[in-house]
Amino acid sequence: MKPIFPTTLLLVEDSPGDVRLTQEAFRDANQDVHLHVAWDGTEAMAFLNRQGANLNAPRPDLILLDLNLPKMDGREVLARIKEDENLKTIPTVILTTSEAEADIDQSYRLKANCYLNKPVELESFEALVKSINDFWLTKVKLPQQRQVG
Amino acid sequence: MKVIGGDGMPVEVLLVEDSPGDVRLTQEAFRDANSSIHLSVAADGVEAMAFLKHVGMHANSPRPDLILLDLNLPKMDGREVLAHIKEDDDLKTIPTVILTTSDAESDIVKSYQLQANCYLTKPVQLDAFESLVKSINDFWLTKAKLPQQRPTV
Repeated sequence: MKPIFPTTLLLVEDSPGDVRLTQEAFRDANQDVHLHVAWDGTEAMAFLNRQGANLNAPRPDLILLDLNLPKMDGREVLARIKEDENLKTIPTVILTTSEAEADIDQSYRLKANCYLNKPVELESFEALVKSINDFWLTKVKLPQQRQVG
Repeated sequence: MKVIGGDGMPVEVLLVEDSPGDVRLTQEAFRDANSSIHLSVAADGVEAMAFLKHVGMHANSPRPDLILLDLNLPKMDGREVLAHIKEDDDLKTIPTVILTTSDAESDIVKSYQLQANCYLTKPVQLDAFESLVKSINDFWLTKAKLPQQRPTV
């Protein structure tokens, strides 16, 4: 079953290297993914709330969120998404280098849909992106609601 | 790296499902996918909550690492079970995956509003069902980091 609309992803990530790798891995995994990047937490919230230059930003089908971000921390971005009646249904996957149990527990408490560790090895990173695509964008049913901007 | 189910600890999965056929298929598919899974079954919503709250005959029930929850259940609906889990400070961190035949948009949206971690539809075809269980195992029990806390009972 081919989606009629491209799948819109928002990647919130401050490392240019990780952004590049994620873009390339999604390009290999799924041609229908349209990946937007926010480089810090403030930019992520502006994108989601369609503020400033983001007036016509699409609603993401899935958010990939790093925890350690400049300006506004990933934990605060997560809390704001999940407290917002309009945004809370967007599945939000934490993608971080932190393996700290405190971060895992706090993220699930803040209603992260899932917590993943960024592998250091390139091949493992590509495999992880592929499994995000295979599971979240193929098997999982995502809310279809697309508010008009 | 700590692996769920490592250190001789089985992975605890709670399946909340009232159809004996689906229970059997899920058990068999998990047995094929991952032999360190210990699958407990609650046949309705009231039993699921008793299991999670260690009530009555469930006094020694293990804390699940993952919950698979059907929506349409006798006694207490899956939506209500989900709401109870996600309102409970102790239980809310347990990833709860909706596994249902409903593909109604209203059920999907409502489940995410109630903080389901993800929503999956049960395929009718046997092959597709087995492949879905394998994906649940590969993603949630292999790739995802789950909270490790296991309070002593």
